[in-house]
Amino acid sequence: MSSDRSQRAPVGLKVAAAAGLLFLHLPILIIFVYAFTTEEKSYVWPPPGFTTQWFAVTWNRPDVWEALTLSVQVAAISTVIALVLGTLCAAAISGTSFFGRETISLLVILPIALPGIITGIALRSAFSLAEIPFSFWTIVLGHATFCVVVVYNNAVARFRRTSGSMIEASMDLGADAFQTFRHVILPNIGTALVAGGMLAFALSFDEVIVTTFTAGQQQTLPIWMLEELVRPRQRPVTNVVAMVVVIVTFLPILAAYYLTRDGDQIAGAGK
Amino acid sequence: MSALAADRTGAPAILAGRGGVFGAMSDWVWRHPRMFLFLMLTPPVLWLGIIYIGSLFALLLQSFFSIDEFSGLINREFTLKTYGELFLPQNVDIVVRTVLMAALVTIASAIVAFPIAYYAARYAKGKWKAAFYLGVMLPLWSSYLVKVYAWKLILAKEGILNWFLAKLHLTWLLDAWLALPIVGGNSLSVSYTGTFLVFVYVWMPFMIVPMQAALERVPGNLIEASADLGAAPRQTFRNVILPLAMPGVIAGSIFTFSLTMGDYIIPQIIGTSRLFIGQAVYAHQGTAGNIPLAAAFTVVPIVVMGFYLWFAKRQGAFDAL
Repeated sequence: MSSDRSQRAPVGLKVAAAAGLLFLHLPILIIFVYAFTTEEKSYVWPPPGFTTQWFAVTWNRPDVWEALTLSVQVAAISTVIALVLGTLCAAAISGTSFFGRETISLLVILPIALPGIITGIALRSAFSLAEIPFSFWTIVLGHATFCVVVVYNNAVARFRRTSGSMIEASMDLGADAFQTFRHVILPNIGTALVAGGMLAFALSFDEVIVTTFTAGQQQTLPIWMLEELVRPRQRPVTNVVAMVVVIVTFLPILAAYYLTRDGDQIAGAGK
Repeated sequence: MSALAADRTGAPAILAGRGGVFGAMSDWVWRHPRMFLFLMLTPPVLWLGIIYIGSLFALLLQSFFSIDEFSGLINREFTLKTYGELFLPQNVDIVVRTVLMAALVTIASAIVAFPIAYYAARYAKGKWKAAFYLGVMLPLWSSYLVKVYAWKLILAKEGILNWFLAKLHLTWLLDAWLALPIVGGNSLSVSYTGTFLVFVYVWMPFMIVPMQAALERVPGNLIEASADLGAAPRQTFRNVILPLAMPGVIAGSIFTFSLTMGDYIIPQIIGTSRLFIGQAVYAHQGTAGNIPLAAAFTVVPIVVMGFYLWFAKRQGAFDAL
C-alpha cells in the first residue's frame, strides 16, 4: 500500500533534476551549432551565419584522416586484447571463490581507479627504464590495460545471471569444452561481450591523458584535438571534428545500452 | 559454475572418457577445475601484473632517485631528497590547491547529482527511466576533450555565457564575481571559477551512477513506515533515505575526487597559470626532465586515494559500486 503523495515527485525535485540534466546536455548541443558557423576567427555567439562548407574542408584534411585512422586502429586492437583478458578474468572470478580473488578484482579495477596521469607516467617511466621506444604498440599497451575493466564489468554482471548448471549439463551430456563454449556459454554472454567491447572501443577512442605519455610522434585524434585546444589554429575544422567525435562515440554507447538493457544495466556504469 | 569450484579430482568417471584431442582436453579441464582456473587467470594477471603493477613500481623506484642540479642528469642512487622537495612551500601550495579543488568539486557534484539520481531512482518509471539512464550515460561517455572544448566555447569572452548575461542585463553580476579575490580573474576562462565549473561538468556524471544504484536499493516500505510513524517528508529524507544512500554517495565521490586530482588538461586549458598536481607532474617529466620529482608528486594522489579508499571501504561504499 502506498500513499498518493509518495508517488508524485515534489516540484522542487523535478526542477532540480531537469536543471541538472540540462546542465549536462546543453554544452554538447552547443558543439553542434558551432560546427555550422560561418565565423572562423573567434568563438562568437550567436553565430553570424550558417554554412556546411567546413565539412568539405575537414573531409579534405589529410592530418585529420591520419589521426582518425590511428585512433581506430589503436582502439580496435586494444578492444580485442581487452575482450580476451576481461572475459577470461570474469569467467574465473564469477561463481568461484579462491584465495586472492579480491586482489585480482582490485588489480583489474586499479588502472581506472587511480588518476590517468599516474597510469600514464608509470608506463612512460617503465618504457624509459626498459629502453622501449615509443610506437603504435606502446599506445596499445596502455589502452588495453585500462580497457580490460570495462569488458570485465559487463562480463561479470552477465556471468552472475548465467546459471552454472547449464554448463554442467552440457558437459554431462557429452559436449566437449569447445562445444560447450560455442553453444552454451557464448550465446549467453555474447551480447554482454559486444556491449563491453563497444564501450572499451569508445573509451580507447577518446583517451588522451594516458596517450600523451605513451605516444611518441604518433597523433591520435584526441591528441590532435588537444593541440587545437591549447593552440587553436583551425577553429572551424576543430568544431566539425568535435561534432563528429560526439556522434561517433554516441553510437556504441546506444548500442551497448540496447544490448544489455534487459537485466544487467551495467554497460556504462563506471567508465 | 559452483561445481567447478568443488574439487572433483578423486571422483570415479561414470561415463567413458571423450575421444579425440578436444575430448581429452575437456575431460582434463572438467577434472582439474583448479588448474583450469589457474590457466584462465594467468593471461590477465600476467598482463596487468607486468605492465601495470610493474610500471607503478618503476615509477615508485624513480621517486627515490634524484636529479643533479648542475648537470640535469638523473642520479640513480637511493635518496629521500626528492621527497624533501615536495615540502618546499611552492610544492605544498600545489598539493593543497589540488586537494581543496578536488574536495569542492566532489561536494558540488554531489549536490547537483543528487536530485537527478533521486528522481531517477524513486519516481522515473518505464520510458522515463530509460531516458534518465541514457541522459546520464551519454554525457558521461562522450568525449572528454569535446566537453572541455564546449566549455572553452561557452566561457570565451565573445561566447554564449557573456551574451546570455548581457541579454539578461546581468553583466554587472559577473563583473562583481570576477572582481573577487582568488575565485575571480580577468575572465571566467582564466579563473578558478571556470576551472571549477568545468571539473564539475566533466566528472559529475560519475557521481550519479553509484548514487542512483544506492538510492534504488532503499526499500520502499522503510519510507512508507517512516511516513506512517508520523515523520514529515523532510524528516524521512534526513533520517532514512540519506543515511541509506550514503555508501553510494561515497562511492561516487571516489571517482570525482580521484579524477579531479589527477587531471592536468582542464586546468591547463581553462584556469589560472597556477599549477595543479597533474600539471606539475606533466611539467616536471616533460620540459624539466625531472622524472624523480614528477614521480614523487604522483605518490601524493596515490597516498591520498589510499586513505580515501580505506575510509570508503569502512563506510561500505564498495558494495554500492
